[in-house]
Amino acid sequence: MQRYFLVKIGQSILLLFGVFLVVFMIVRITGDPASLMLSREATPEQVEAFREKMGFNRPLLVQFFDFASKAVVGDFGNSLHFRTPALPLVLERLPATVQLAAAGLLMAVVVGIPLGLVGGFNPGGAVDSLGRSLALLGQSIPNFWLALILILFFAVRLGWFPSFGRDELKSVVLPAFVLGLPTMGQLVRLTRSAVLEIRGEDFIRTAHSKGLEPRTIYVRHVLRNVAIPLVSVVGIQFGYMLGGSIIIETVFAWPGMGQLLQQAIGWRDYPLIQAVAVFTSFVVLGLNLLTDVAYSLIDPRIRYGN
Amino acid sequence: MSNVLEVRDLVTRFYTLDGVVHAVNGVSFDLAEGETLGIVGESGSGKSVTMMSLLGLIPMPPGKVEGGQASFTTSDGRRDLLQMSADELRDVRGGRIGFVFQDPISTLNPILTIGEQIAEVLIRHQDMSRQEAQERTLKLLGSVGIPDPELRYKAYPFQFSGGMRQRVVIAIAIACTPEIVIADEPTTALDVTVQAQITDLFRRLREELGVAVIWITHDLGVVAGLVDRVLVMYGGRVAEIAPVDDLYENPQHPYTVGLLGALPSLESKESKRLVSIRGVPPDLLIPLEHCPFAWRCDYAFDRCWEEIPPLLSVGERHQSACFYDLEKGGPRDV
Amino acid sequence: MATRETTPERGADSLLDVERTFRDRLAYVARLFARDRSGVVGLVLFLIVVIAAVFAPLIAPYDPLEQTLRDAKMPPAWSAEGSTEHLFGTDNLGRDIFSRIVHGTRVSLTVGFFGVLIAGTLGLVFGAIAGYIGGRVDATIMGIVNLILSLPYLLFVVVIAAILGRSLLNVILIFGITDAPIFARTTRGEVLRIRKSGYVESAISAGARWGRIVFDHIIPNLIGPLITLGTFEMSRMIFYEAGLGFLGLSVPPSVASWGNMLSAGRKYLTSSPWIATFPGLAIVFTSLGMNLLGDWLRDVLDPRLRRAR
Repeated sequence: MQRYFLVKIGQSILLLFGVFLVVFMIVRITGDPASLMLSREATPEQVEAFREKMGFNRPLLVQFFDFASKAVVGDFGNSLHFRTPALPLVLERLPATVQLAAAGLLMAVVVGIPLGLVGGFNPGGAVDSLGRSLALLGQSIPNFWLALILILFFAVRLGWFPSFGRDELKSVVLPAFVLGLPTMGQLVRLTRSAVLEIRGEDFIRTAHSKGLEPRTIYVRHVLRNVAIPLVSVVGIQFGYMLGGSIIIETVFAWPGMGQLLQQAIGWRDYPLIQAVAVFTSFVVLGLNLLTDVAYSLIDPRIRYGN
Repeated sequence: MSNVLEVRDLVTRFYTLDGVVHAVNGVSFDLAEGETLGIVGESGSGKSVTMMSLLGLIPMPPGKVEGGQASFTTSDGRRDLLQMSADELRDVRGGRIGFVFQDPISTLNPILTIGEQIAEVLIRHQDMSRQEAQERTLKLLGSVGIPDPELRYKAYPFQFSGGMRQRVVIAIAIACTPEIVIADEPTTALDVTVQAQITDLFRRLREELGVAVIWITHDLGVVAGLVDRVLVMYGGRVAEIAPVDDLYENPQHPYTVGLLGALPSLESKESKRLVSIRGVPPDLLIPLEHCPFAWRCDYAFDRCWEEIPPLLSVGERHQSACFYDLEKGGPRDV
Repeated sequence: MATRETTPERGADSLLDVERTFRDRLAYVARLFARDRSGVVGLVLFLIVVIAAVFAPLIAPYDPLEQTLRDAKMPPAWSAEGSTEHLFGTDNLGRDIFSRIVHGTRVSLTVGFFGVLIAGTLGLVFGAIAGYIGGRVDATIMGIVNLILSLPYLLFVVVIAAILGRSLLNVILIFGITDAPIFARTTRGEVLRIRKSGYVESAISAGARWGRIVFDHIIPNLIGPLITLGTFEMSRMIFYEAGLGFLGLSVPPSVASWGNMLSAGRKYLTSSPWIATFPGLAIVFTSLGMNLLGDWLRDVLDPRLRRAR
């Protein structure tokens, strides 16, 4: 068990290292990160001076080592736009994104899982059809478009919710719903198929052969087994929402990390972009690790296995 | 000795997308108190479906029991299983009739301790408190031969070997001292040495508890030293039924003969080729008006194709559903 | 036929079973469609999109780039100020929306199709190598796969697109490469499963040559999951292309892509909502079709799963 944790942590560290590498490489795809970062009006002399200042002329390996060793302690240099350290700017935005993702996850779980459960216990029934339609729509409707439509109706025409910003508590409703909709659909499907699969297992037949009450069978035998893969999915989806909020935050002018990224791209502020990319990946990786740990604690086969 | 179970003309069908599957077509037999009956047949013969449909364990949307009676006698009297409500059947399952299934790893819930899985039955049927159920479970673990019961109580199925897991399943089956234990291929998924241990365990439990056992298997060799009588099934019908020694020495149904011929034997002095029965099992989607074995039978004649042979008496407590008399070498006089 | 000599047998009923004739398979597919009509719906929707893409210049009444500023921001034909000249109205530069929607199918399908082609090929090759060879090679390949899969996808796609600049080719390449890992993982899983199940060993011990093994055993088992996955991933790519377009990072702004249209439409959401509405509906239409088709394909091509309905 200890070994399992150590292995997982080791893997996560390796992955983080991989993230550093990817982010480092991305900025250098075009070959000249300096001209990437400066505006088009910059003269060749200014570009060269910039290159010197940022150390882009050094050997790649040296640059990478420098980048990685600084990134590990959270030093991403100064934002080109704000001229203050990049990471604190990102951290400032973190609570907003977390709030958004958490609200979205909550909606997805509260709606998606029950629908999936009922669908799995009564396949072909009315609730099942409802759930599966929701899942299909969640997968087929581009959520940024849905955002526009919802803003048009609920914010502008009906005035129930603000159309942008994070000023009131109910500001989070529309963006969270839109962000959480694909996950909602996914949870319906997964829960449903997990329930159906578990119900077909031999040990459920055994439970019936013991003459147990249906409620006992559902809760003790089916649901507990269904919960295991669900925990894993919920954790991963939370990570997905944290990392994938850029478009939603842009549409709703939600002051989170995603919106910051969008702005940074407009400003060509690559130190800031790097900071957002690395930090977000770090958070997502951390979440995945936590999910793995939680999973291993719930499933006795992993907890007590070798 | 009285009969604990009397089944008459059981008919079970499955209404599937591909058609109607005639799984059980008029099966009748008796089970005496404390008797061990072996039900032998190949896959698709209906041997499992017969017992499962008596207790409501077949999936009921496609499956349907369409006829027959099954009178079950306990200390509370005689009831027809097929007329019972779902609630009543639930009381019987686990409480008065126990089950042992084939593959112990998939039969047990992987995320519950084995102690909990045994105690569950006791709490459900005997109204025990958790404490009482736990004590009784520890005793049960001992009686099925699991060492260190206190430790094992909290263990999970994957931490046991196959033979141990099957012992746990047996403990669950006998927990409430039922009248009957239905064992569906209990040793098929186990190593040969472990098989012997489990069959020994059954013999011992049978003596100690006086429980009647129905042992379902495709392997005629396994039942030889274990059962009192054998019921051979084919195509959803009973082909032959006889006391075990009688069946082995004097089989009357060509299918049984074929099955026995396919058994390797330690006793034959010369090396003999194992004879397999030619052909394949019948398609259960097609309801037959003739003997289901006719295609594969070396002795089939006109009558076999015109009527379904009923179970005919061919000896003491020995019946065979066949129009051909093997000893005589010609059709029976019926 | 049942004769007295042989018992009638049930025929094998997998679509990929080598003993079925082509006509048998066609009849079988027709039966499957009849049983599950949502698959038909999906196929129809998908075909409509494909036809629109192929025959776009013939179907669209206007050139998608043609601007008639006089007629700018005209609402759809069925509203008061609309006219039948512009069925879905015009956008802020007077371009006919219906024509742009129709031409938009070309961008979306091109991105989806070629994206999946590249991702699928890369994924198939690396996944098969990883699964077949195993050991260090496997660990390395899967390490990279897992790295890419654990990164926040949208974020990295957006950053890379921002860096590379707006072009159709860039978008296709980005999706092709970033989506390859999922094909690799699926392929590897299947290859491992096939290796474990003994087909390959028994084929080798029966003397089959390598090529035969690949064609008779490995490929039929891979086709099903890969086609299904390809359908879903194509739908995803169409989504993400629209997302990139919405952020102004996909194809150049004048090109008629649904994402671009949504981006433009956002500014005029309250005044001329139709500009943004129709491209979104087009995406929903296409995605719905592909997802339904994908679901149906998954049921059909995996004989094991089919039984468990």
